[in-house]
Amino acid sequence: MDLKSTREAYGEVLIELGKQKKDLFVMDADLSMSTRTCFFAEKYPDRFFNSGVAEQNMIGVASGLSKTDKTVVVSTLAIFAPGRSYDQIRNTLVHSNCNVKIVVTHAGLSIGKDGSSHQSFEDIALARVIPNLNVIVPCDEIETKAAVKTAINTPGPFYIRLGRPEVPIINKKDYKFSLGKGHVLRKGDDITMLGCGIMVFEMIKAAKILEKDNIIAEVINLPSIKPIDKDLIKRSARKTMTVFTCEEHNIIGGLGSAVLEVLEEEKGIFLKRIGIKDTFGESGSPEELFEKYGLSANKIAETVKLNLDKKSY
Amino acid sequence: MSKLIELEKQANIARQKIIKVTTEVEGGHLAGSLSCIDILVVLYLNVMNHNPKKPDWQKRDRFILSKGHAAPALYTVLAMSGYFKEKELYTLRKINSRLQGHPDSKKLPGVEISTGSLGQGLSAAVGMALGYKYDKNKGQIFCLVGDGECDEGQIWEAAMFASSNDLMNITVIIDRNKYQIDGKTEEVMKLEPFASKWNSFGWETEEIDGHDLEEIKKSIEDSRGRRVAIIANTIKGKGVSFLENNNNYHSKPCCRKDCKKALVELSKKYEMIV
Repeated sequence: MDLKSTREAYGEVLIELGKQKKDLFVMDADLSMSTRTCFFAEKYPDRFFNSGVAEQNMIGVASGLSKTDKTVVVSTLAIFAPGRSYDQIRNTLVHSNCNVKIVVTHAGLSIGKDGSSHQSFEDIALARVIPNLNVIVPCDEIETKAAVKTAINTPGPFYIRLGRPEVPIINKKDYKFSLGKGHVLRKGDDITMLGCGIMVFEMIKAAKILEKDNIIAEVINLPSIKPIDKDLIKRSARKTMTVFTCEEHNIIGGLGSAVLEVLEEEKGIFLKRIGIKDTFGESGSPEELFEKYGLSANKIAETVKLNLDKKSY
Repeated sequence: MSKLIELEKQANIARQKIIKVTTEVEGGHLAGSLSCIDILVVLYLNVMNHNPKKPDWQKRDRFILSKGHAAPALYTVLAMSGYFKEKELYTLRKINSRLQGHPDSKKLPGVEISTGSLGQGLSAAVGMALGYKYDKNKGQIFCLVGDGECDEGQIWEAAMFASSNDLMNITVIIDRNKYQIDGKTEEVMKLEPFASKWNSFGWETEEIDGHDLEEIKKSIEDSRGRRVAIIANTIKGKGVSFLENNNNYHSKPCCRKDCKKALVELSKKYEMIV
């Protein structure tokens, strides 16, 4: 499978969109090389603004700029938006329904060696509780490009969470992103696995491991965390009655919590959230960290089996 | 000159409305509304190009109330300009009202952006100035900032961004009433030397009497096409003897008895405007 980081895909699609949409402006907070908004900056310097290391002001300026009939994209690392700029996102940007897309990179554990100060495990939770803010976590190049296009062509605020490392391209060229829709990647009757972002590929690998033990998993990619595909989640959960969620995020407040909320009135469904267990991270290679924190395909498969054993008692 | 007398009268009337409305609805930040109302009257009823019938008119000058708690003052000049009927002022802070405790741009036409959490309005104003510059729109962006609000680092981030991007279409007016909730600004968090701070962040600065309409009008008009921070020296609770520099009225209105007293005092002053 070909590899590409979602941030690289983002940088590429911005150039394409910049050509099509003359009202598209991009801002960054001194991280344009990391977030890849530098591609846009180089091509369209008059429509790119750097706030310097000042995320709060960047959010405010982008909000004001959008109110002069412009579409604005702002980027920084996931740890700084919403983290560093939460009140600005809530009270200026979303409260005023600004046409601003917050696209963050370097999310989660997979940022690796920079360590816990830069590993954002809380951003989905923080973004998700702001009314009227769409929250998207794409899994690969194709989905990233499609989601960014949709966000830019849909009025109103969006939060899009991207990653640092190269990831396999899972989706086919004809993939269509639809806000609020999930995608069944693999059909199965025994368990449902729901995840987003970098975890989608880990789920696919975990499903193959589980197949050897005769556990046939239905693997569902949920790029749209808010709005979320309630129908698809319920349909699959009612079929398998056993749900595992996988995310590179604190198990409190993220995708797993969102799925739990969808299933809150369902009877008898077993649900286990796989993710960061309410702790800070640490330095290490992404592979080592995924193993240690239980997010690798092997660890996911282990967790599934362990819980299926428990469930049978 | 006659124009100024008319403005003086309107400022007096605006003060009376703010006091009446806040007393009637039993809420609202009174003293900080009275300190900035002269500035707002000059902006909305004299200097700014805007169209209450078409709030989204593209070539308008824009005003952002960064100190969102002075909402009673903003709503009063919006009503006096014709954005909505004056009786709606009495829905302030009430359920189902468009006149929220702090300005909500989703609810009320004429409010450019939601404010209330301090330190954020100037960044949005700077963003609008950036957009106008790109569009070669000749409109000016005016932003009223509270002095206590300048404790926020974001104000200075925005100030730096504006000068770094050579914006020459933005006027910041600082309501320098020298008080914040917990007391005098120089005791809570020292701002002085204030003008030189703005200056060192790349802004032309001017200090004016924020209650002298002629001075306000001149400095605001002259700020067009420039990047200016006008430090308007004001008095919290201005216009009513027992409210002036009385920080008890930061976030509360007059009781009915005091309201009557205040209105009598202002009516007398109104008669003296010639």
